[in-house]
Amino acid sequence: MTSEHLGDVIAASTVLISAGSGGVGKTTTAAAIALAGARSGRRVVVVTIDPARRLADALGLGPGGLTDEPQLIDGPWPGELWAAMLDTQATFDALVTRHATPEQADRILANGFYRNMVSSLSGTQEYMATEKLHQLHGDPRFDLVVVDTPPTRNALDVIEAPHTLSRFLDHRLYRMLVTPSRRMGRAVGVATAAFVRTVSKVAGGAVVDDAIEFFRAFEGLEDGFRQRAVEVAALFREETTAFVLVTSPRRDTLEEAAWFAAQLRQRDMVVRGLVVNRVQPRPIDGPADRFRTMSAQHRGTDLAFLCDTLVEQCVAADHERSQLDATVAEVAAVSVTLVPILGTDVHDIGGLEQIARHLVGRA
Amino acid sequence: MDPARFFAASRLVIVAGKGGVGKTTVSATLARAAARVGRASLVVEVEGKNGLAAAFDRPDLGYDPSEMWSRGDPPGAAVVSARALTADDALLEYLADHGLDRVSRRLVRSGALEVVATAAPGIEDILLLGKVKQIERAEPDRLVVLDTPASGHAITFLRSGRSLIDSVKVGPIQTQAADVLEMLTDPARTRVLLVTIPEETPINELIETAYKLEDEVGVALGPIVVNGVVPDAPHTDLSPAEAAAAVGVDLSNDDADALVAAATFRRERAELQREQLARLDAALPLPQLHLPAAVATEIGRSEVDRLATALLRGLESLPDTVVTAGESPS
Repeated sequence: MTSEHLGDVIAASTVLISAGSGGVGKTTTAAAIALAGARSGRRVVVVTIDPARRLADALGLGPGGLTDEPQLIDGPWPGELWAAMLDTQATFDALVTRHATPEQADRILANGFYRNMVSSLSGTQEYMATEKLHQLHGDPRFDLVVVDTPPTRNALDVIEAPHTLSRFLDHRLYRMLVTPSRRMGRAVGVATAAFVRTVSKVAGGAVVDDAIEFFRAFEGLEDGFRQRAVEVAALFREETTAFVLVTSPRRDTLEEAAWFAAQLRQRDMVVRGLVVNRVQPRPIDGPADRFRTMSAQHRGTDLAFLCDTLVEQCVAADHERSQLDATVAEVAAVSVTLVPILGTDVHDIGGLEQIARHLVGRA
Repeated sequence: MDPARFFAASRLVIVAGKGGVGKTTVSATLARAAARVGRASLVVEVEGKNGLAAAFDRPDLGYDPSEMWSRGDPPGAAVVSARALTADDALLEYLADHGLDRVSRRLVRSGALEVVATAAPGIEDILLLGKVKQIERAEPDRLVVLDTPASGHAITFLRSGRSLIDSVKVGPIQTQAADVLEMLTDPARTRVLLVTIPEETPINELIETAYKLEDEVGVALGPIVVNGVVPDAPHTDLSPAEAAAAVGVDLSNDDADALVAAATFRRERAELQREQLARLDAALPLPQLHLPAAVATEIGRSEVDRLATALLRGLESLPDTVVTAGESPS
């Protein structure tokens, strides 16, 4: 299997998106990639989403330092490393303010339905992550933007993210709420009216009034948002934008990665990197037969115990590799990187550097 | 304690934890273990991605329950069933119960729930939990195991009842939310089992979640399930050269180094795990049930059965006083 190094992918990219299932070390991988970029002399900003406390501390994003605005992290590398944490609401509010007139923006920002949408509409966090990406990509302070993505229930949320709002605004129910019903099919008008009546009965009238008020306030703004979505979607397809899928050897996370890679391919996007974290190390390179024989010959002794320990790890590593190889072939990433199980969580930049070395190291 | 007594202590067991810790495997394991000591069980997956189906070697699960393990396999065992719920299905059922016609159904199918859920957050969760409540009431002799959605959303999910009671003052949803809350806070009906792996970040999150669930939702917490525990590693500080000499074997340097590397890896993992488990024990006064690390990277029926054996053994070694109906563990 010939494969480029992740270091080459990082060097050739201006945007890097780290995606994958929850619990596979996606955020840490994004941070380590950013650090690797800074070590190679680039000016990198990493946008993290809900980092574990110790990683946040390592990035200078601990309590008090936790901010939406990129912070420069001092360190002995030739480039620059900046880190920010995604604030979905602040990013969304800024977007509304930019597109709307001041009065319109006030009406939208104060609306209860809008507030709910920002905090609970599925895909909003992914949407704002890509917005932040677009914004920082145009910022002359940085030449590489690394974005972590939320632990999503559906990986598609990430690629569909730029269209989250337009898809929502295109919904028939929305059309019905803002358009007089005579312009729609009569049967549909009657049915939606009945549906809205039921919703008010079930959840209270204020809920429906808020929604109608929101959609009215938003009128005329869709085009701007739609245009923006087209731009962000185009950024995904650029030659210098790299999707890096992060996974673990567990079957469910591998399946998720393979499925996501297929979805990207269908949309003409390339998987530039596949990072498999938590790989079981193999203590020897060749076959373990001689240790198996030694254990059998000296059953019950200390030597047999030591041999069994080694054989067990070889068996586990081989089994894992055979599973991995199938997925690796399926994902067909430009670069494939295996990171062994590490003893501890990242506590500081030193820990992050250790991972960065694994990611770009030429073994 | 007697595992049968443990599984009889409540009618609903909610399995919660951070993504990637093996909640679905633990849910399947609990259901199988309960059935093996004679209590019929039903695993409910919400908004799932077929992870539960895979644990039972099935391609997928439907909205209606289907049998995963038959009664009498092995003799004395009760049946294990499973089903997958979605908020859309639950809403359709809800609308049907409230006499809505077919065109409205089409609206639901077109994703209207997304708009409604945005107007009243938590409504999807309450629809799902309402359905779970109905299932729990339908057959009191059966244990319902609920595999909660991933992505740290367990607290929001379980708090939805309380939040909706505050925001929606009247109407059927309010009644639904009150019923759900009553079920969740009654320890004779519901217990929450938190799942983690013996690692730092998942344990930190579990500790935080445990306190939030007790304070903000008022649920009773059962033992903590620690998944993926590697066996303790005694004798891994042995010197390969000495061990070899003792039986008259001449080891090459490379082989001796490889043996040291393997033993060291195992010892370090075991040490790290011990540290983390001790930390969890000090932070939370809840008993721990340890499940061994899987031999395979894929979980299927045979793996679930093996884990169920380990779980039953773990339950037997818990003190009798640990979890009984109506008693809050804290």
